Amino acid sequence: MRRAAVLGTGQTEHRTRRTDVSMAGLCREAIDRALADAGTGWDQIDAVVLGKAPDLFEGVMMPELFLADAIGAAGKPLLRVHTAGSVGGATGIVATSLIRAGVHRRVLAVAFEKQSESNAMWALSIQPPFSAPITAGAGGYFAPHLRSYIRKYAAPDHIGALVAVKDRRNGALNPYAHLRQPDITLESVQRSPMLWDPIRYDETCPSSDGACALVIGDQAAAEASSRQVAWIRATAMRTEPTFYAGKDHVNPRAGALAAAALWSAAGIKQPLDEIDVAELYVPFSWFEPMWLENVGFVGQGQGWKLVESGETRIGGALPVNPSGGVLCSNPIGASGLLRFAEAAMQVMGRAGEHQVPGAATALGHAYGGGSQFFSMWVVGRQP
Amino acid sequence: MNTVAVVGFSSAGTSLTTSGVETLVPVITAALEDAGLGRREVDFWCSGSSDYLAGRAFSFVSAVDAIGAVPPIAESHVEMDAAWALYEAYLKILAGEAETALVYGFGKGTAGDLDRVLSLQLDPYTVAPLWPGAVGIAALQARLALDAGLFTEDDMARVVGRRAEGPYLSCPLREHDVARVADGAAAVVLAASDRARRLRERPARISGFAHRVDPQGLGERDLTTVPSAVAAARDAGLDGTVDVAALHAPFTHQELLLREVVRAGSYLPFGANAMFSAGLSRIGSAAGEVMSGRARTAVGHATSGPALQQNLVCVLEA
Repeated sequence: MRRAAVLGTGQTEHRTRRTDVSMAGLCREAIDRALADAGTGWDQIDAVVLGKAPDLFEGVMMPELFLADAIGAAGKPLLRVHTAGSVGGATGIVATSLIRAGVHRRVLAVAFEKQSESNAMWALSIQPPFSAPITAGAGGYFAPHLRSYIRKYAAPDHIGALVAVKDRRNGALNPYAHLRQPDITLESVQRSPMLWDPIRYDETCPSSDGACALVIGDQAAAEASSRQVAWIRATAMRTEPTFYAGKDHVNPRAGALAAAALWSAAGIKQPLDEIDVAELYVPFSWFEPMWLENVGFVGQGQGWKLVESGETRIGGALPVNPSGGVLCSNPIGASGLLRFAEAAMQVMGRAGEHQVPGAATALGHAYGGGSQFFSMWVVGRQP
Repeated sequence: MNTVAVVGFSSAGTSLTTSGVETLVPVITAALEDAGLGRREVDFWCSGSSDYLAGRAFSFVSAVDAIGAVPPIAESHVEMDAAWALYEAYLKILAGEAETALVYGFGKGTAGDLDRVLSLQLDPYTVAPLWPGAVGIAALQARLALDAGLFTEDDMARVVGRRAEGPYLSCPLREHDVARVADGAAAVVLAASDRARRLRERPARISGFAHRVDPQGLGERDLTTVPSAVAAARDAGLDGTVDVAALHAPFTHQELLLREVVRAGSYLPFGANAMFSAGLSRIGSAAGEVMSGRARTAVGHATSGPALQQNLVCVLEA
């Protein structure tokens, strides 16, 4: 199969409201940084892939159409991807496919969400005819699954808070992070209000305006780069229905199968030993132990033990979300691409204060819908 | 390198619910039967639809129920006409990541006021608040083309076998110049070349496939030309005349503008505007001409955005 690599990454400062920029300006902030990081000019970009979550989040139907000029797509091919919360990851994977198919040399992947333009709660609460009501608010939807994990594996109550403390302190090392809380403590998290049992306020992601962009190139473009690139060793996407008889929300089959396919394609046999850093999609703190198990870093019921041992901190056996992750910044459509970009930054050695020393192989992970859409990639310093 | 071919197609012109499930199940079943392929033999699934048309967020999520995604499947979705989902699946096969793919699109255009809904595709800061309407913008394009002397109102009417008569809907567009809004779903099955020949005696090989987008700003481009269609046709290797073409033109003047780009011995009539499946359906129809032996070469075309902003060209050969 043809090789592809991340040549450069860019992201915006994330905040609750970016009233200083339009949607076009927000995307350009990330794109301009990605192009500069890749040492690439507009004329070298052959195609653009744009991802974001539902159009109702901004109130614009297919915003890529009015954004075409601003994101450098005018006169070029433009694809618009939407796979719910996993869309950022899917955007990176579709852009990779454009390279691997041999039709383009350099592709720009852009993902954004400017949630302040509309009202996400309203957008997710429309009552379509002939359909069961959609549960308003992701926290209310996922809380029973987290509670189920805790009961099933007798996980101690403080595991979620441990993750929150780790990610928020990591976020303080990331200049782009929305929430930067170097002084957060286990006690302060546990004092924060309970929103949806067992999820406390400090264990939830924020709503952010933000964007992320990647330049992905073919082998020749990667070899022509004067800087370290992130070789894309494997990608995987899997989907299952929201509900079906036997659906396991604690350990979704689609996530496990995507991971198995990913490790196989990347030639990885012992993920915990061979992966140096993982950016997992953790919008609520308890998802960290669940996803550690689901992607196969540890066995069932062992995820919380890895968290409790401190091995998922920077400096541990498997640093998870050194950027601060979704718990620190959540521009939904961009969040998956941010995970993929942060994984790339780590192996490129460009993660700044939150760099994991010697990171050579990294996982980027995203999920969406009712834990049913999964997208992942493995990137490395070497192809 | 792999080559890719269309090996199955099905479409429907009605839909029952906004979820798409009840519409899609028979369409997907029929397309697989047409291809002689089992549901479990599909390596990659890709769909196209629009939340705004469905009037809800995540409309494609429940459509997954139409597939039967247990055990889980490799799947993706474009918030575009499913013709672009077909492009994504085509690349997946070219890249060697899949050998077969099923692409489907669905949309319930009659659920709302399409003319008004499509205003929400425009620049939300400067244009959309004026609610110009899709038919009004198309009329602007038609007027410019008429004034430039490219064709007459009678030429437009002849596209649908009519004479230019009757009141204007939005001058210079009359009722017969505007395709009827419809509900719809379509599914196309793709296979890599060797597999395609095993599945079907005469698959429709994709010899060229490309798409392009133009800037949207209605004052930023010459609306009487379609640069993105011209570029897509060039990239798809289209030169000369094909036996038959299926153009996605919701307005008669757009059919005439596109016939200048895609030259064909005959053009399959465009029946109704079933948003988000219509473009895929045009490619399926063009492929059907090749698979049946009625044509040796064919083109399927899809468009998106106001005034033919985005265009896709798929060249098919026996």
